[in-house]
Amino acid sequence: MFYDIFTVFWRDWIVLKRRLVKFLLSRMVAPMLYLVAFGWGLGRSIPVTGTGSYLDFLVPGILALNSMNISFNSVGPPLHTARIYQKSLEEYLVAPIKPLAFIIGKIAAGTLRGMLSSIIIVALAYAFGATLHINIVFIGVLMLNCIIFSAFGFLVAMLTHSYEDMGSFNTYLLLPMSFLCGTFFSLDKLPIVFKLIIEVLPLTHTSALLRAIGTGNDFSVVSILFLVFFMIILLLTCILMMKKVCK
Amino acid sequence: MIKIEALVKNFDKRIAVNGLNLEIEQGEIFGLLGPNGAGKTTTIRMLTMLTKPTAGEIKIDGLDIHHDVEKIKALIGIVPQHINLDQDLTVGENLELHGRLYHMSARERKSRTIELLEYVELSERINDRVQSLSGGMKRRLLIARALMHKPKILFLDEPTVALDPQVRRRLWDLIRRMHNEHITVLLTTHYIEEAENLCNRVAIMEKGKLIALDSPVNLCQRFGTYVVEWEGDMGREYNFFTTREKAAEFAGTLDTTTTIRHSNLEDVFVELTGRKVSS
Repeated sequence: MFYDIFTVFWRDWIVLKRRLVKFLLSRMVAPMLYLVAFGWGLGRSIPVTGTGSYLDFLVPGILALNSMNISFNSVGPPLHTARIYQKSLEEYLVAPIKPLAFIIGKIAAGTLRGMLSSIIIVALAYAFGATLHINIVFIGVLMLNCIIFSAFGFLVAMLTHSYEDMGSFNTYLLLPMSFLCGTFFSLDKLPIVFKLIIEVLPLTHTSALLRAIGTGNDFSVVSILFLVFFMIILLLTCILMMKKVCK
Repeated sequence: MIKIEALVKNFDKRIAVNGLNLEIEQGEIFGLLGPNGAGKTTTIRMLTMLTKPTAGEIKIDGLDIHHDVEKIKALIGIVPQHINLDQDLTVGENLELHGRLYHMSARERKSRTIELLEYVELSERINDRVQSLSGGMKRRLLIARALMHKPKILFLDEPTVALDPQVRRRLWDLIRRMHNEHITVLLTTHYIEEAENLCNRVAIMEKGKLIALDSPVNLCQRFGTYVVEWEGDMGREYNFFTTREKAAEFAGTLDTTTTIRHSNLEDVFVELTGRKVSS
C-alpha cells in the first residue's frame, strides 16, 4: 500500500521536478500582486483593530487562499485531463493497486505543491516586512487546508464531464471563497446571514486559524476539528468516486 | 484460462453485450472479430475490469473478477485501442511507472525497459517525451508497456491499427513468440488477414452476440472452400463453392472477368455479418 502511494506520488514528483523553477516563479506572481496592492497600496490606509499592520492581517489570508487554489488546481485539472482526454488514468485503474493508494498519492502530490507555494509566500511576506509566528500547529493547519482542497480537486476531476465544468468550480466556488472567507477582511463586517453561510466553508476556518496562530493569539480547537471533519468527509467521498469510475 | 458465462452489458437502454459464453484455453491466440459496435471492446473492458458487467460471470485463471481483482490485474497485460500513455512523461518513465505499479524490482524494471525498447525499436527515444513520438511509435510503446510485467494473459484491442507493414509483421512475430511461451492472447481486430494469420480460434460477434466460433480454417470451409468473384451489376459479387470444378463451371457461365480463389475469413465474415467491415 505505501509503495503504491509512493508510485503515484513519484509520477507527479517527476513531472513537478522538471518544471520546478517555472512552477516556483509563477507561484510568486499572484501573492506578490496581493501584497503590493492590498498590503502596501490599500493596506496603509486601512486601520486594523488590535496590534499589527494590515499586512500582518493579510498574510495568513493570502496563505490560506493561495494554498487552496494551488492544491485544487494541481490535482483537479490534470487528473480531469488524464481521465477524460488522455485516458492515462486507465493505467492506474488496471494496475494491481488499491484505489485508496491512488487517492492518497494524488492528494499528497497536490499537498506538496500547495506547501511549496506557501513557502514562497512566507518568504515574500517577510521580505515585505510582515511579522508572522510560524509553529507546528500553523504548518499543520496549512497542510490540512492543502489536503482538503487537493481532495476536493480530486473529487471534481472524477465528477465533471467537460473541461468547462471543471472551470466552473474555480469561478463559482474557489474565486468567491478566495475573497470572502475572512482572507482580506474580518467577517464581522458582513451581514449576519452572509456570515453564517461563510462560516461553514473550510477556508474561513483556515484563515481564522492561521491568523490567530500567526499573530500569537489563542486559536479555536473547534475550527481544527471542523477542518479534520471536512477532510475525512472528502476522503470518503473520493473513495466512493473511485469505486464508481469503472461503470 | 478465460471463462465467460452469460455475460451481459447494458448502457442505459442499449445492449452492448448480450449473453456471451466463451472459453479460452491457456496458450491460445484467440481473435475476437466483428463489425464496429459489435461489443468487442466492451467485452475486453469487462475482462480487464475497466467496466462492470450488468450480469454474468467471468473467471480468469480460476479467479473471480469480483473477488480477486488485484490478483487478476497482476496477471494481465492490456494494449488498448486508444493511446493512453502518460503524455507528461518520457518513453522510459512510462515504462518505469508501469513497472512500479506492478511491483517490479528496480533491477528488473531497468533490464526489462532496455529489452523491450530494443524489441519495439524505440531505444534511442527512451528520454523523449511521449508527445514527440509518431502514432506508430506510440502504439509500439503501448505494446512494450503491456509486456513490461510479463503477463500471463495479454489483451490486445486493435493492436496493429496505424502501424506500417514491417512493424505489424514484427508485432505478429512477437505475438507468436508469446504463444510459444504459453501466454494466452486475446485480440480484437478489423484486419481479417491478421486473425487468419495469427489466431488458433476466432469468434465473430455481432450486436453483442456470438455468431460463429471456430478455427479460421474450419470457418473458411463453412460455406465452401472456393470462391468465384466477379464484377456484377451490384459491384463486386461472389459465390461459394465446395469444389474447384463447380467453381470453374459457374465461372464459365459468366460473361465478365472472374477470379477463382480459396475462400478466406473475410468472405465468411461478410457472409455472416452481412456487411463490409471498415477498418
